[in-house]
Amino acid sequence: MHTLLEVESISKKFGDLSANVNITFSVSEGEILAVLGENGAGKTTLMNIIFGHYLPDSGSIKFKGSHIPFGNTKESINLGIGMVHQHFTLAENLSVLENIAIGNQSLLGLSIDFKKIEKKIINISDEFGLSVDPHAIVSDLSIGEKQRIEIIKTLYGDCKLVILDEPTASLTPQEVDQLFLIIKSMVKAGLGVIIISHKLDEILRISDRIIVLRNGELTGSMEKTNFNKTILAEMIVGKKIVRPIKKEGRKKEKLINIRALNVSPNIGSPMGLSDINFELFGGEIHGIAGVSGNGQRTFAEFLAGHIWPDSGDIFVSGNHVNKFTPEEFMNLGIAYIPEDRNSDGVVGELSILENGILTETRNPMIANQFGFLNRKRSKDFVSEICERNDVRFQSLNQPARLLSGGNIQKLLIGRWLKRNPQIIVACQPTRGLDEGAIASVQSLLLTERDRGRAVLFITEDLDELLLVSDVVSVMFDGKLIGPYPSEELEKREIGLMMTGGDVL
Amino acid sequence: MIVEFLELFINAGFWAATIRIACPLLLATLGELICERAGVLNLGIEGIMTAGAMVGWTAVYLGADLSSGIICAAFIGAMFGLIHAGFTVHLGASQHVTGIGITLLASSISYFAFRLILPTSTTPPKIQAFEQVSIPFFSDIPFLGPVFFQQTIFTYLAFLTVPIVIWFLNRSPFGLAVKMAGENPMALEAQGIDVLRVRTIAVMLGSSLMAVGGAYLTMSAFNAFYFGMINGRGWIAVALVIFAAWKPERAILGALLFAGLDAYQVRAQQLAGAIVPYQFFLMLPFLLSIAAMVFAAKSTRYPKALLVPFRRGERH
Repeated sequence: MHTLLEVESISKKFGDLSANVNITFSVSEGEILAVLGENGAGKTTLMNIIFGHYLPDSGSIKFKGSHIPFGNTKESINLGIGMVHQHFTLAENLSVLENIAIGNQSLLGLSIDFKKIEKKIINISDEFGLSVDPHAIVSDLSIGEKQRIEIIKTLYGDCKLVILDEPTASLTPQEVDQLFLIIKSMVKAGLGVIIISHKLDEILRISDRIIVLRNGELTGSMEKTNFNKTILAEMIVGKKIVRPIKKEGRKKEKLINIRALNVSPNIGSPMGLSDINFELFGGEIHGIAGVSGNGQRTFAEFLAGHIWPDSGDIFVSGNHVNKFTPEEFMNLGIAYIPEDRNSDGVVGELSILENGILTETRNPMIANQFGFLNRKRSKDFVSEICERNDVRFQSLNQPARLLSGGNIQKLLIGRWLKRNPQIIVACQPTRGLDEGAIASVQSLLLTERDRGRAVLFITEDLDELLLVSDVVSVMFDGKLIGPYPSEELEKREIGLMMTGGDVL
Repeated sequence: MIVEFLELFINAGFWAATIRIACPLLLATLGELICERAGVLNLGIEGIMTAGAMVGWTAVYLGADLSSGIICAAFIGAMFGLIHAGFTVHLGASQHVTGIGITLLASSISYFAFRLILPTSTTPPKIQAFEQVSIPFFSDIPFLGPVFFQQTIFTYLAFLTVPIVIWFLNRSPFGLAVKMAGENPMALEAQGIDVLRVRTIAVMLGSSLMAVGGAYLTMSAFNAFYFGMINGRGWIAVALVIFAAWKPERAILGALLFAGLDAYQVRAQQLAGAIVPYQFFLMLPFLLSIAAMVFAAKSTRYPKALLVPFRRGERH
C-alpha cells in the first residue's frame, strides 16, 4: 500500500480559538481512516485545510509524495482529492446532471455535452452501486440520494482520496448500511477514504484506523486490531461521560388528547399532517422518531400554537382547544423548545438578559401594573434561571449569539420552567450539542418527567430516543405510527418504519 | 362604445406598437434576470438604463455609427455593473442600498453630461436612428407583415437576445456557473470555481443588457434623449423578472403583456375622450401587472442565494 496523503504539523487559529494544533497523520491507498471528535473539535477545519477551503497558519501537506499548495481548491481537486461536505454543496433548484456537470467544465466552453456526462454518471453509479436519476431536480430527492450525488460528484473527477464529512449525520440505519457498502467498494478500487464522525459505533464498524481530535489537538490514534470503545469515548471527551439514568416511570393523567388532526401541506412547514391521533400522559416521555422533513416539526409547531389545523379535535388537560395561537398554548401550560434554537428560540443580537425575559414581559415578578419592566428584578429573574440551569456566560449583557448551543438550550429550557409548564414539547433539543450538554439536556427532561410533567421528545438520534423515551411513535409522510413501548423496539425496526416499511 | 374598445385589438398598429414597447423592457428584464440568477439583485437598473440611453444617443449624435452606439451603451452598462459588483459581491454591501445608489449616480451623471454637451438646447435634437426594415416577402403578409416584419433592426436584435440568453443559461458552462452562484455558491467553491468572479462577470453582462435596453429608447423609439425618459421601466423590469419566475422564455411573455397594456391604454385614452380621466388609463398597465404578478409569483422557485453575499473561507 502506498501512502496517499501525509499531513504534517498543521495548525490553524480563528482569532483566539485554536481550531487545529500541530496535527500530523497519514492515509494510504485502500485505507479507511476515521477522524473522531466532538462538535467543534476541529475535524471539519482540518479537512477544509486539506481540501483548500482554508489556509493553515503553519505545517505542510503532501499528496502522493509532493507538496500541495494551500488554499487552492481547484488544485486539490485536480490532484485527486474529493470532499463530500456535511452540508451538501448542491444547487437545489437545478438537476442532478447540472450539479455534476459544473465541476468538470472549462467555463469558457460554448456548450456542455450533457449526453456524455450522463453516460459517465451511469458508469460510475454502476461501478459503485450508487443509483440516481440524472434528470431529477435535487430538491425532490431524499437526503440519502443527495449524498449519493455528492459522492458521484467527487468520483467523477477521477479522485484518489475521498473525504466524507459527517456522512451519516441524518441517514436512517438502512441508508447507513448502503453508504458503508459504497465506501467498501471505493476502497476496493484502491481509493483512500477519510470519514469524519462523532458516532462511535458506526466508526468502529467501518474504519481501518481511527484518530481522535479534541479541542483542536490530536489526542490519540488506534488500529483496527486494538479498537476499544471505552478508551475511544474517553479520548473524545477527555473525561468519563455520565449518561442520565431513566428511573421507573409513573404514568399519570392524560394531558393531551388529539383526535383526527389534519394540517394541509405548506402551512408552517412543507409537510402536512394527516389523520393524527395522539395521547400524551403526565410522567411520561413520548419520543417521536422520523427522518427530518416528514412532519415532526409541523406537529411540534402545531402543539406550540403556530399552526391552525384543517380539522381535528385537541384536548389539553380535558379542555377542548379551539383557538390556535402561541399565547393560547402557552397559557394552557405548554412549553415549546424549537428545532432551530438560534432563529426561533433566542434573538441572537439581544443580550442574555433580554432573551431571558422575552416571554415574561407580563410576568408580575418583573413588570409593574403599567407594563414597565423593572430592571433590577429582571436581572434577578434571569440570574436565577442561569444559576439553576447551569448556563455559563461572561456577562448578562453579552449578545445571546455568543453563547454555545448547549448554554442557549439551557437558557431556553430554564425560561420555560419558570412558567411551571405541565407539558414540554422538545423538537430536536440536543441537535448540534456536545456530549456534555446532550447529557444535561437529557437529564433535565427526565427530571421534569419524574416530577409528573408530560414530555414530547422529537429526535433523529435513535440511541437517544430509546435511552430517554417511555413510549415511541414514528412519523412518516405526515402520519404517526405507534405508540410502542420503547423496551420492545429495536433501532432497526424504527429505522424501517422511518422509511415507510411496516414492522409490527 | 364597447365594440370600439374591442376593435383596438384587431388593429395591426396596436400590435406593432406592443412589440416596439416590449423591446426595452425585454432587454432590461433579461439583464436583471442574469444578475439575479447569479444571486445579485441589481436595483441600479433604472439608472443604468438612463446611462445607456444617454451614451448611445450621444455617441451617434457625435458622429459614431449606430452599432458603435449600442456597443458604447453596453460598455457603460458593464462599467456601472462593475461598480455594483465591487460593492455587493466583493465587499458584501447591501444589494438594495448599493443598487439605489447606482441608480441615483448613473442617472445624475447622465443628465449632467447631457447638459454639458447641449448647454442651451430646449428641444432635444434628434439623431438619425434605426429605420424600419421591411423583410422581403414576409412583410407583405396581411396583418402579420406590418406587425412582425416591418420593425427596426434593433427590434429584431432585442428579440434575438431571448434565445441567446436561454442558450447561455441552459447550455453553456458559464451560464451553469451563474445559476450555481445564485443557488448555492458553496457548490461552486467546492468545485474550485471563483464565485466572486462568476458573480462579477454576470452582473456586468446583465448590466450591459440593461444599458442596451435604455439605448433602444433613444436609438430606435424616440430618437432623442429627454429627462426622465426611462420613466420607471427599470422598476417594471425588476417586477417582470419575478413574473418570469427567473426564466428567460417567460420574460418575453411578461414584457409583451405589459407592453400590450401600455399600447392599449394610449389608444383607449383617445377613444374615451372626456368621459374617463386619462389618468385612469395610465394606471391600467400597472394595476393589471400587479394582478398578474400575484398569480405568477405564487409558486415560483426563486434563486436560493439571492441577496446573500458570499465570503471565502468564512465558517459556515
